[in-house]
Amino acid sequence: MLSFLGYRLFRFFISLIGVTLITFGIMHLAPGEPTDLQTTLNPRVSAQAKENLRKLYGLDRPLYVQYTQWVKRFVTMDFGTSFVDGQTVAQKMMERIPITIVINLLSLILILGIALPIGIFSATHPRSPFDKAATVFVLIGFATPTFWLALIMMILFGVVLGWLPISGYQSLDVGGMSFEQRLADWMKHLLLPVFVSAFGGLAGFSRYTRAEMLEVIRQDYIRTARAKGLSEPVVVYKHALRNALIPIITVLGLSVPGLIGGSVIFETIFAIDGMGRLFYQSVLSRDYPTIMGITVLGTVLTLIGNLLADLSYAFANPTVRLHKTR
Amino acid sequence: MAIRPRTAFERFWGRFKSNGPAVAGGFIVLSVFVIALLAPILSLYDPAYIDVGKILAAPNSDHLLGTDELGRDVFSRMIWGSRISLLVGFVAVGIAILIGILIGAVASYYGGWIDDVLMQFVDIMLSIPTFFLILAVIAIVEPSIWNIMIVIGVTSWMGVARLVRGQFLALKEKDFVTAARALGANDLRMIFLHLLPNALSPVYVSAVLGVAGAILIESSLSFLGLGVQPPTPSWGSIITAGKDTIEIAWWLTLFPGLAILITVLGYNLLGEGLQDALNPRLKG
Repeated sequence: MLSFLGYRLFRFFISLIGVTLITFGIMHLAPGEPTDLQTTLNPRVSAQAKENLRKLYGLDRPLYVQYTQWVKRFVTMDFGTSFVDGQTVAQKMMERIPITIVINLLSLILILGIALPIGIFSATHPRSPFDKAATVFVLIGFATPTFWLALIMMILFGVVLGWLPISGYQSLDVGGMSFEQRLADWMKHLLLPVFVSAFGGLAGFSRYTRAEMLEVIRQDYIRTARAKGLSEPVVVYKHALRNALIPIITVLGLSVPGLIGGSVIFETIFAIDGMGRLFYQSVLSRDYPTIMGITVLGTVLTLIGNLLADLSYAFANPTVRLHKTR
Repeated sequence: MAIRPRTAFERFWGRFKSNGPAVAGGFIVLSVFVIALLAPILSLYDPAYIDVGKILAAPNSDHLLGTDELGRDVFSRMIWGSRISLLVGFVAVGIAILIGILIGAVASYYGGWIDDVLMQFVDIMLSIPTFFLILAVIAIVEPSIWNIMIVIGVTSWMGVARLVRGQFLALKEKDFVTAARALGANDLRMIFLHLLPNALSPVYVSAVLGVAGAILIESSLSFLGLGVQPPTPSWGSIITAGKDTIEIAWWLTLFPGLAILITVLGYNLLGEGLQDALNPRLKG
């Protein structure tokens, strides 16, 4: 187990270095110096800011020096200062990140809570009307653009029915509310964003769970379990599900980047001041340091998600601990 | 009367045409192609024609799907928008496939540290949230239709690389490959003449599914104002106007979104149908 953990941590750091290299590379992708691009295209950048930026990136030095310096600052969470309002990027991100994490966790829980039962039931009742309905749902789920679903939900529940608020994550008068009212207010605001961000994953996971369960249920040891007279729930939930869960956990880890990337869309649409919206605003205003900071941070979160998935994978399947899998 | 054995294609076609959803998907894909091709004939109005007297008109007999915030005909703009979706989808996937094949083939053919490095690179690319990566690049290169095609292509080749690598690894053990090597085929000949043609069928599937993904990303980018730029009509950018007028003009949101959904659904159904028909053993 320890060597497995060590191996995974090693890969984690290799990936981390790779990501900083790629992000750094993007920064130098632009023709000329990044600062030129910033200043010619962004009238908001003053000569002072340009000078600061040149100094920050050390653009007069060789590339490898620039890179190591940039990484050094990155390790100490110093991502520089935003062009837009002079706040440090780290501070801006810390303000915005909690709500993004809350929404993504809630949608992960929603995905697992709904997709697993759907997938299991579909697999244990193949070609039943429920299975067919689930298949249609999955196909539509895969094809639905998130931003469009968000707007349709807003039109339906916000404009036509008037049940739910269509923007923000709390009401303006939240200060005067009791804790329960505040919680209810919060839930009302988060219902649509969480549903929308979970929707795509819901389709993917129920389908994946179904496929894995179908595969496992065909195995000999399931027939053996049935033959020795175990009840159907024990066979399905203890013998089959535990084995089917292994690949499902990995896919869960792999779906984290999609969820985080999706934050850009639903936070922008629902006017939620999270990291996704901050990223979008930074792209529009070409706030370079913020863009780079969020990209690296989003990737670190993804890598942590993958690492956790790998570890729970090892927890669910003892044989994994013994050899290094790719 | 001699019975001619069925060719591989005939067997494939037999399986494909008996798969209802796959045929439906193929039909959708073809229809969108025809619509894009016949756009000048099918669109009733000039998609760029601004009619200030008819701003945000609800669907009616003149304007089947209503008009937008500048009084332009939504139906005509959607018809022309199909060209953008297909163009971006196909070019982006083309780029992704080329990169994916190259990296997957080189990694598995040479193996060893080359394989390790390239596959680690794939892992790294997969761990950057794609949408962040795309937006970060667009912030530098200016949004335009050509730039988003390149950016989508460059950020979506990893699946293909893994597929090709897996195929090559399996093929390398086959006798015909050993034979070709024994006959003195060089690396290029081995990769492109012997291995690649036998590794392509899952790549076709992945290409068709990739078009669906690229269309979704393009529409999201255009919706955010970071993709195809106005006045070029695209499905995503029509919906941008729908968002700004969400309390009055539902038709600006509903119809282009349905167009995206149906098109993407078509490519997904076709792709999965191809997969089932090419590898019947994998069918779940």
